[in-house]
Amino acid sequence: MTGILRPAATTVVLFTALLGLAAPAAMTGIAGAVFPAQAGGSLLVRDGQVIGSELIGQAFADARYFHPRPSAAGSGYDASAAAASQQGPTSAKLADAVRERVAAAGLQPVPADAVTASGSGLDPHISPENAARQVPRIAAARNLPEARVLGLLQEHTEGREFGLLGEPRVNVLRLNMALDALR
Amino acid sequence: MTLNGWAQITLVLAAIIAAAIPLGRYIAALAEGRVRWLRPVEALFYRAGGIDPTAEQGWRAYAVAMLAVNAMGFLLLYLILRLQGALPLNPRGFEGLSPWLAFNTAVSFVANTNWQAYSGEAAISYFSQMAGLAVQNFLSASTGIALALAVSRAFARGSVGSLGNFWADFVRITLYVLLPLALVVGLVFVALGIPQTFADYVTATTLEGGEQLIPLGPAAFQIAIKHLGTNGGGFFGVNSLHPFEGPGALVTGIQIWAQAVIPFALCVTFGHLVRDARQGRTLLLVMLGFVVAATAAIYAAEAAGTPIMASLGVDLAQGNMEGKEVRFGLALAALFTATTTGASCGAVNAMFSSFTPLGGMVPLFLIQLGEVLPGGVGSGLYGILIFALLAVFVAGLMVGRTPEYLGKKVQAREIKLAMLAVLVLPATILGFTAVSMVLPMATASLAHAGPHGLTEMLYAYTSAAGNNGSAFGGLTADTPWLNTTLGIAMLLGRFAYVVPVMAIAGSLAGKVKTPEGSGTLPTHGPLFAGLLAGVILILGGLQFLPSLALGPLAEHFVMLAGKTF
Repeated sequence: MTGILRPAATTVVLFTALLGLAAPAAMTGIAGAVFPAQAGGSLLVRDGQVIGSELIGQAFADARYFHPRPSAAGSGYDASAAAASQQGPTSAKLADAVRERVAAAGLQPVPADAVTASGSGLDPHISPENAARQVPRIAAARNLPEARVLGLLQEHTEGREFGLLGEPRVNVLRLNMALDALR
Repeated sequence: MTLNGWAQITLVLAAIIAAAIPLGRYIAALAEGRVRWLRPVEALFYRAGGIDPTAEQGWRAYAVAMLAVNAMGFLLLYLILRLQGALPLNPRGFEGLSPWLAFNTAVSFVANTNWQAYSGEAAISYFSQMAGLAVQNFLSASTGIALALAVSRAFARGSVGSLGNFWADFVRITLYVLLPLALVVGLVFVALGIPQTFADYVTATTLEGGEQLIPLGPAAFQIAIKHLGTNGGGFFGVNSLHPFEGPGALVTGIQIWAQAVIPFALCVTFGHLVRDARQGRTLLLVMLGFVVAATAAIYAAEAAGTPIMASLGVDLAQGNMEGKEVRFGLALAALFTATTTGASCGAVNAMFSSFTPLGGMVPLFLIQLGEVLPGGVGSGLYGILIFALLAVFVAGLMVGRTPEYLGKKVQAREIKLAMLAVLVLPATILGFTAVSMVLPMATASLAHAGPHGLTEMLYAYTSAAGNNGSAFGGLTADTPWLNTTLGIAMLLGRFAYVVPVMAIAGSLAGKVKTPEGSGTLPTHGPLFAGLLAGVILILGGLQFLPSLALGPLAEHFVMLAGKTF
């Protein structure tokens, strides 16, 4: 029996030291030295204060801001409670929620991302179509010409990665920060 | 579906195959003991364990060593999870897990399933993640690959009876394949936005003046091995959907690559070890065919969206977006879903519970087919070899000739053992699902009424027994009943499957290799590929059709009628 237990125990312990402690510690050291911003969570700092992460969506309700997608994370965009609605295609709860959101969104049909919750509840992006529909509201609330807001939106519309991967999208937090920086 | 979407899918698949070929050759060289650039590190393991890496083992000794290292891994992980409150690197002060949850989680990671009844950022310390869970990500993957090498040797060798040395295979795969790949992929992940830090969570003051607690952690390295080892257990609760676990389309593409490259590479390894590259190529192409077909089915279903959404005034141009992220797009979500369920990974970049009924049925069916398309690291290869044995057996029955595979006569003993292995899945999945659907303490966990509820339960046991680990959302899995029975399902799916497989390998290894004759059925080329695909579909899939008819298929027709629950 010891013929089996000894190699089993030593192998597991040595690999725990190597793969569970040494390797991730080395990786953390290298990551912090070479890519400090990404390794630390791509945080955005304004006036010395962390206002969020570029990668994590935030809740916006004010008419002066672009609004993100509906979120099932906590009470909405709670980054410590990332979650999907998990509602299925024949869920009455989902149908009711979407009906309400469509009614609030105005002109139909509404882009799908505007009325459905993302799987993480923290989706930092919206589709360019969804963003474009919000331009008149923001222009009115901020007393800006629509063309100005639209121009800013176009600047912040990202194409597919390398022109190929993923979908065109708008980072809501970055765009709203740019709105605040307008004068 | 768009042309651009298919271009994305083609690019990622091409990258997988292009890397699988050289990687497969490298693993073959490793299996033959020709790769030794880390000899001093290797020697450390042998000296400490009193291991003679050149000692050949029969199937029993090989299997016992494998079970011993897994039992030891389980024990250590269980202790770490229970005691995490007293262990370091725990900035959030998380307490130890309950015995039920710790049992379920430890089994889950040791069995390469990574079913998660907890949410990482809300329950697991940095120490438990890296020294507990991530270590088992490596070791369960090495276990699978070692077993695949042993089974390959049974076909490669003539009348020897031994299958190699488990300890040497296990140590070498970890050191020469998994660790270097994880280091490179992990660093790329950091560059693309996945955090890797020991710093505590950060509290941000949002633009509107609210507070947002942002979780962090040493995530990138663990996420690299989570995909490479087809483990799938997320660092964060929502897995690769979390913007820190899947920050963009390129990351998700690399994750798809990482979770499929080793399973495909092992087909190439097999071809090299049996000195007939065509054999490996045939297996690889069958796997690839299924992945492409499944991707197309998911992509089509999700791009079409649902008539219920359309009737509510939603523009279906983006397809079905509930539970999906804008940055990935539907094409990469479909390919990710097909590879993660075909490959026994279980990571997700879209929430299956919110898929259209048919789109959600595909991942379920892929797991039920036995996790061989391309299957988990190692388990995919030995799983499809079992189906190959059954395929030559079926062909042999048609012409009344003793079947052979690679010169090894396949006889009653092998076929009985193969059927025993293949029956583990339906017995476990359908048995536990049936019992749970009539137990109030189990059905209390369901989030949906109607056919979707049955799919939730069916998916949970399918995922556990298939050692996949992905979740069909909704189900409240952290209950004593589900933690225990899902844990047992994971153990049966892994170890009750592997022991008969090793017995087959032992039995075949002892047989002489008969030379190919004019009556030998070629086990390469389109004829055999078609036969193998048919056997996988009929033998692997048929027994699940009634359950699929009651779950996703029923839901599809209910949805077309516009009914909600």
